[in-house]
Amino acid sequence: MTLATAEAAGHLARPVYELSRVSKVYGESVVALESVDLTLRQGEFHAVIGSSGCGKSTLLKIMAGLTPPSTGRVMLAGTPVLGARADIGMMFQQATLFPWRTTLQNILLPIEVREGRAAAEAAAPRAKSLLELVGLKGFEATYPSQLSGGMAQRAAICRMLISEPNVLLLDEPFSALDEITRDFMNMELQRICRERNASAFLVTHSIAEAVILSDIVHVMSARPGRVVRSIAIDLPRPRTLEMTTLPQFGAYVGEIRGLLDKGAFL
Amino acid sequence: MSDVVDKSAVSMPADTVWAEKVSFTSKLPRWISMLGLLVLFLGLWQGVTSSGIVSPLILPTPAETIRDIGFVGRNLSSGDYMLPAFWVTASEVVWGFVVALTIGVTLGILVGETSFGERAVMPYIVAIDTMPKLAFAPLFVAWLGFGIMSKVALAAFISVFPIIVGTAAGLHAADENARMLFKSIGASRLQTLVKLKIPTGLPQFFTGLKIAAISVVSGAIAGEFLGGGAGFGELIRVAASQLDTPRVFSLIIYLSLLGLAMFGLVSWLQYRFVFWQRSRNSITTKTPRPAA
Repeated sequence: MTLATAEAAGHLARPVYELSRVSKVYGESVVALESVDLTLRQGEFHAVIGSSGCGKSTLLKIMAGLTPPSTGRVMLAGTPVLGARADIGMMFQQATLFPWRTTLQNILLPIEVREGRAAAEAAAPRAKSLLELVGLKGFEATYPSQLSGGMAQRAAICRMLISEPNVLLLDEPFSALDEITRDFMNMELQRICRERNASAFLVTHSIAEAVILSDIVHVMSARPGRVVRSIAIDLPRPRTLEMTTLPQFGAYVGEIRGLLDKGAFL
Repeated sequence: MSDVVDKSAVSMPADTVWAEKVSFTSKLPRWISMLGLLVLFLGLWQGVTSSGIVSPLILPTPAETIRDIGFVGRNLSSGDYMLPAFWVTASEVVWGFVVALTIGVTLGILVGETSFGERAVMPYIVAIDTMPKLAFAPLFVAWLGFGIMSKVALAAFISVFPIIVGTAAGLHAADENARMLFKSIGASRLQTLVKLKIPTGLPQFFTGLKIAAISVVSGAIAGEFLGGGAGFGELIRVAASQLDTPRVFSLIIYLSLLGLAMFGLVSWLQYRFVFWQRSRNSITTKTPRPAA
């Protein structure tokens, strides 16, 4: 299954992200990323998978405008990415909620930083409805120390969504959670993306997670970090956890595992 | 499933059941342990002094010392000659602390936030910190005279370093994730400082401040020893020269109240401002629980 078949199947929405020949070199000769070409279309969910040190987090940072590429170009919604942008929402492995802020204040932080305190106060009702969306209704005034790991990540989802970003960049967002919570959170993530027609780009270590969530899985290899293959996942939407038992699902997992065995773990 | 398992096969015979050992002292209320230790200490002290092993000129008996503590207390409360001396030392301590706080926070932010401060200023701060700071006392006296100013300077000089280090280390305490998050939401340098680095660093800042609050009293007294004046240090010096050891002890007790007050003030401020990290033990700072 290749990218071409996915496009032939009619997934021809307008491109959100366009990366062309993006590479990153640290120092003189450490090639973290080599000539990555990638197109993410509106409403699509992509995952990038690879072993530690294959440059997938570097790729995400470049896409987010947190670090500049050595060469190549990153376009988002038709304009080049030259720094942090309000139309990007980010989430990391750690929830990184600040213990001196209530859950509500944590969620409003991006608005407070970008537009000031008054705008943050005005956005409070929106933050409350987001909390309701992720099942944290009534936790507005709670401090993060009283939230469980899964609840903290749900609050982090709200913080990511408060600026109404068009695209979500997710760096192993649920990998610190236990597997049961993680499966549940992944399904929540799918629901949120579908409701908003948001595009998402996920970095993960989990093959199953990548397959069940994504339209396209990019398999990366290390030294130099590059995309070995992009595999279109032709499973119906919405995805359910039951699909993990389908032979088709197993075939995708096997294919990706084979690529990783050949490329990434050398 | 448990119905099918033969329970007798897995249960242990009663004599193999083990109980967690709990030490005798850990079962007592804390104040009893503390009081017991004090009584033990006073008894030992009384024994050593009244048996004649140690001359009363060198070490007074506890009874004598307690009597003198009462005398000094009455002198202070009646506003006799010791009270003005106490206020002299107290004002040296307070002003020394204010000066150390001002300079310490300024230098701490310079060192912790700017690369110039970290690369150019910090080595000098470390170098000066390694010097025997009391040796500077004669210089402060020569520059500022025998009055209160030279003591304030020495007290501030001794207590400024933990504040610098606490502030600078605190500003470095925010982890990579938090910095990346602030970067990703487009926070300016000032916003990152005010909304991330300063609150994250408050516990370490207060740890430095507590060390400073205690050492500032030592600084003021050392200044009085070496530069004269009208404070409690001078009273201690006079009493010691007259071999009035009970007086020395009781003056130290009242001085420790000054240190305790400073420490208590800082602890209260920490409790008030670092509300997300309140621990029962005020001396050690609890490490923050990760948010995720």
